[in-house]
Amino acid sequence: MSHNQVVQEFHPRVHEAITNPQIRANFRKAMDGLMDKRQLAFPSDDELQRTRELAAAIRLRALSKLPELLEKLEANLTANGVKVHWAETGDEACKIILDICNEKNAKSVIKGKSMVSEEMELNHYLEEHGIEALESDLGEYIVQLAEETPSHIIMPAIHKNTDQISDLMHEKTGTNKSRDVEYLTAEARQQLRERFEKADVGVSGVNFAVAETGTLCLVENEGNGRLTTTVPPVHIAVTGIEKVVENLEDVAPLLSLLTRSATGQHITTYFNMISSPRKEGELDGPEEVHLVLVDSGRSNIYQDDELLDTLRCIRCGACMNHCPVYTRIGGHAYGYTYPGPIGKILMPHLAGLDDAKDLPSASSLCGACGEVCPVKIPIPKLLVRLREESVAGDHNHDNSVVKGRGAKRKGMEPLIWKGWAKMHKHGGLYRTGTGLATVFRGLVPSNLGAWTNCRTAPKLAKTTLHQQMKARSQNNAASQKKDGGDQ
Amino acid sequence: MSTIKLYPPKPEKVYFFGTCLVDLFYPDAGMAGIQLLEREGIEVIFPQDQTCCGQPAYTSGYHDQAREVAAAQLKLFPEDYLIVLPSGSCAGMMREHYPELFAGQPEEELAKNVASRVYELTEFLLHVCHIQLEDKGEPIKVAMHTSCSARREMGLGEVGPALLNKMANVELVEQARVKECCGFGGAFSVRHPEISEAMVTDKVEAIDATGADAMITSDCGCMMNITGAAEHMNKDFNGEHIASFLWRRCNES
Repeated sequence: MSHNQVVQEFHPRVHEAITNPQIRANFRKAMDGLMDKRQLAFPSDDELQRTRELAAAIRLRALSKLPELLEKLEANLTANGVKVHWAETGDEACKIILDICNEKNAKSVIKGKSMVSEEMELNHYLEEHGIEALESDLGEYIVQLAEETPSHIIMPAIHKNTDQISDLMHEKTGTNKSRDVEYLTAEARQQLRERFEKADVGVSGVNFAVAETGTLCLVENEGNGRLTTTVPPVHIAVTGIEKVVENLEDVAPLLSLLTRSATGQHITTYFNMISSPRKEGELDGPEEVHLVLVDSGRSNIYQDDELLDTLRCIRCGACMNHCPVYTRIGGHAYGYTYPGPIGKILMPHLAGLDDAKDLPSASSLCGACGEVCPVKIPIPKLLVRLREESVAGDHNHDNSVVKGRGAKRKGMEPLIWKGWAKMHKHGGLYRTGTGLATVFRGLVPSNLGAWTNCRTAPKLAKTTLHQQMKARSQNNAASQKKDGGDQ
Repeated sequence: MSTIKLYPPKPEKVYFFGTCLVDLFYPDAGMAGIQLLEREGIEVIFPQDQTCCGQPAYTSGYHDQAREVAAAQLKLFPEDYLIVLPSGSCAGMMREHYPELFAGQPEEELAKNVASRVYELTEFLLHVCHIQLEDKGEPIKVAMHTSCSARREMGLGEVGPALLNKMANVELVEQARVKECCGFGGAFSVRHPEISEAMVTDKVEAIDATGADAMITSDCGCMMNITGAAEHMNKDFNGEHIASFLWRRCNES
């Protein structure tokens, strides 16, 4: 689907990350901090659970009437003077944005944070067509300087510590080396401020698109979102079709959960509600506002009642903050725009299971992600479903909509499971097999491949519980018989 | 968890589903569980045709095979007795996933019925039996690792520690990041060995740092993983299933 997403296989990427002490330390420290902050933001579990219920219901309601709400959104935005565009693929969305830029003779684009634009690799596309795209979110700016991709959906440069950022800025922009975060931030701010003034077009994402009022909501902390959407003469918002909610009342609980789940903030520094271009008599704001609605595989997910839950996501990143796998390998090792648990359930749809085949299995199913998800996406359940899809393991899903179904069904594995099922559905066969295993327990090798790389081999018992219980009931029967005989 | 679960009164008879891991590797834990139940005056029925709950195939995506094996287990509990398992993971499979696995299948009603009768051993001992424990063992310092299934799927994060706190000579210490997964995850540990290794190594270090003499758990998957790694790393602490631990200490002379 994309130009540079999968550069190598999953396991080598994991190996590279997991053996890098700097990556391990940076992520552990950052995730520990984020987990603590979230916990402090939810002092009452009762309130948390009630709000989660409400938020999940809001998202479900919006998704249940998605086509209708999207039409309503388009109608209301159009009435407000916003131009709405529909893109079936990421490439199509890129083309729409390029066409708008070309029409305006734009040479430079300034961007607020947008994961959808990462997903469709907008910067790359624009640059290929002679338009400069500059990230204005501090984290995104750092990542762009480093010529990398975001490693987290909320904190794109979380894989770097202060020293690394200082070195990078020194090398690329000539700032002094410093551990003073305020100094570094002020420098970046100054560099960006000049660019805002020159930018021909501002591109932003959308957190919630309100259908009933035709309002685009944008959550941010740095003010770069407000500058992006107000300073350049043209503002283009780009978002996935699932971000729509029905009405303004729906926004409050979602916003409250989004910021607390993401960074532990009760409220962000900026919350932008964009409903129209500059009106007559207004002193600022863009002359034109566009919204590009991107499908890119989402309507395919929409057709399956269970997988649909994937689209509830409000992109808070709490699932990755709490994921023991993400904490160990960081965001880049996943190899896709969306890392962590949400990436594991979303990317197989966007990229296809033949491409993203290793993602659903890269989880211990510990459930930490599902536990913190503010909209109660049953992430572990969806991971299991995608594992089933990747091996085509349930004949009831043979007509499933998932791209690349059965991509991992090969080799001996299906046969092994068939044999396993045969043995385990017959108690007698199982007892014979396990009984034999205990007899030959001495023959179990001490090297069991991957398992014994870091563990000793488990030892089979001398007698199984089945055998012990059978012996016990025979003894009981014998002694009862004996007791009976004595009477 | 904010939901309140209502437990039934102590029954006269229960079914015991030992689980395949206990059966083959830790039968003593199963036997200890059975004896703890019997000590409560409960008759324990162990269906000899039981094998595995089907979870390994289920979490690997082979749902047709998981269903075949699970369907065979569904037939083992014809009477209306409750079903007790010495594992949060396998109990979670039967209680939470059987109804999903059999949705729309002929066995759907039976699966729901069986699921509704499933209890994990420690929750059963604590909440149904209201077990009294007289600790006859030497003073010991232990750390508890609750499996992720027990904690999150079954909502039993407090149960193991509550039982251990009833033991007079047991000092319960808490390791850092107590709620974090040990990295077992069944097939995950061999499909993604490096990630699993990083997780279990951290878990062993965290437990070791408490100075605990033993790690107590109610799931044998975690036990095999953590104790196997601890042994490999030459750490001092032992691992023991909570049923074995309680039974042993209440019967020491």
